[in-house]
Amino acid sequence: MKQVLAIFLILTTIGSIKLNAQTKGKVKKTVKTEVVSALVLANGQKVYNQYCLSCHMADGGGVQNMNPPLIKTTYVLGDKTRLIKIALNGLAEEIEIDGEVYTNVMPSHGFLKDQEIADVLTFVRNSFGNKASAIKVSEVKAARAEKK
Amino acid sequence: MKKTLLIPVLLSAIVFIALYSFKNISNNHLRSNGPIADADNAGLKLPEGFGALKVAELGAKARHLVVTPQGDIYVKLARSKEEKGIIVLHENSDGKAQVTGGFGNYGGTGIYMKDGYLYASSNQEVFRYKLDAQNKVIDPNKPEKIITGLKAGRQHETKSLVLDNNGNVYVNIGVNSNSCQEQDRGLRSPGIEGCPLLDSMAGIWQFKAKELNQSYGQGVRFATGLRNVVGLDWNQQNNQLFVMQHGRDNLNSSWPELYNEKESAEVPAECLYALKLGDNAGWPFMYYDQIQHKKIVAPEYGGNKKKEADSKFIDPTVAFPGHMAPNGLLFYTGSMFPDKYRNGAFIAFHGSWNRAPEPQKGYFVVFQPFKDGKPSGDWEVFADNFAGTPEKAAAGRADHRPCGLAQGSDGSLYVTDDVKGTIYRIVYNKK
Repeated sequence: MKQVLAIFLILTTIGSIKLNAQTKGKVKKTVKTEVVSALVLANGQKVYNQYCLSCHMADGGGVQNMNPPLIKTTYVLGDKTRLIKIALNGLAEEIEIDGEVYTNVMPSHGFLKDQEIADVLTFVRNSFGNKASAIKVSEVKAARAEKK
Repeated sequence: MKKTLLIPVLLSAIVFIALYSFKNISNNHLRSNGPIADADNAGLKLPEGFGALKVAELGAKARHLVVTPQGDIYVKLARSKEEKGIIVLHENSDGKAQVTGGFGNYGGTGIYMKDGYLYASSNQEVFRYKLDAQNKVIDPNKPEKIITGLKAGRQHETKSLVLDNNGNVYVNIGVNSNSCQEQDRGLRSPGIEGCPLLDSMAGIWQFKAKELNQSYGQGVRFATGLRNVVGLDWNQQNNQLFVMQHGRDNLNSSWPELYNEKESAEVPAECLYALKLGDNAGWPFMYYDQIQHKKIVAPEYGGNKKKEADSKFIDPTVAFPGHMAPNGLLFYTGSMFPDKYRNGAFIAFHGSWNRAPEPQKGYFVVFQPFKDGKPSGDWEVFADNFAGTPEKAAAGRADHRPCGLAQGSDGSLYVTDDVKGTIYRIVYNKK
């Protein structure tokens, strides 16, 4: 656990240095670097290993023609509500990522608790080379309350 | 000044002549000996005495293929490339081939040649193209549509095909479901009673080779209870259809209380079936457990990992380990390979995904010996290392994935790869 935290801290530090370097000289809105807690990531990974890994694989790279990768795709890094709804309701439509088509059915994972959904999606958004803000329990709750 | 210019000119002329004569010598050498294996055997690991060459690399999803005695190769692509779903290549004397054309703007898997026609499938239709005496397609733009309106979901949608010797075409219609659950692949989701999908999917349908626009009404459901078949072949010795089923997935992820990850990675078997009219292989009500050597009731239909299924369901001819995805089946009738290969079955295993988190398996071509039309002895890995390294295979990140198989008129074995579109040719070197 300590190791995970240490690695994460190093990563976020590197991340912010890069960010500073990139925004230097340009006047841009300040990007807040959120620190995602190691506990959330550890819980998220536990959920991932149990419910997601068998299709999306340990490296998040998915399966050719079948299960989409979770690496730097707009599905993962883009609209949070869309991502939460995929986890809650599953996905039964063909999707295309980088010219490759993925067709397998993803069953609903609505049986997971709001906390588990938030943790696993936060883990996915901060693993496999991804870096994005955390998903909050309140956001999962709101998406669940909305019509499918 | 003139002299200094002359020297390089003369030198290059000498080099040119030397190279040219060398090239002629090697060409003659090749011509007299046929295809020559690549120095690295195209990256494959093969039994003693065998070699392999890369015939071509198409950069497209190469599925099944046909090789003519005249050295043309027809390759079916899963998705059209530049509006061509069938790529045509012609082989040089050294075995390397160039793309000479293409036609048929539809993706698909099945392609087969029989009695002067080339048959090819999209995911809903089957077409046939008349061939000339040289086995070239006469009019690529005007195929006859012999079968139409077949169901195709978003999984198991490909339509593999083969012909018998009596003018019938056999087409796989895979089912768009893992185990006919109320919620496909869902956690503890029960099976739908009676599984109504079986009426039009999850089986092999038989049609007439020369009739137009046939659909379910004109076809015969030859065999049922087959989740998905990609590799199939007509066994000439038995005069019988053999198919390789893709077994079900997700035993652990749907039924974690019954199956642990390791059990779910090994079971159920990928089965070779010898089919007769009316056979039922039992999907979705059962699966074959190759460790217990039993037909077991599926957990969606009241199974508990031990309960045996109704004996009316047929037994497999050979049961292979789970999830390796058999995409090509070929009974070897050539004479190039040693005697033990004659009439035996080659099976191209595309490679697994549903074994995670256990290491993935497959990505190889297997040989199952046969004697008098029955399996004789254990199967063995024949051609390995399509993945590139054992680590890439274990991670499921293979460089190449074997898919289609074909036999050349000289007895060479051709293998397609649907990652990079590599076409391999495996030859036997020893005399």
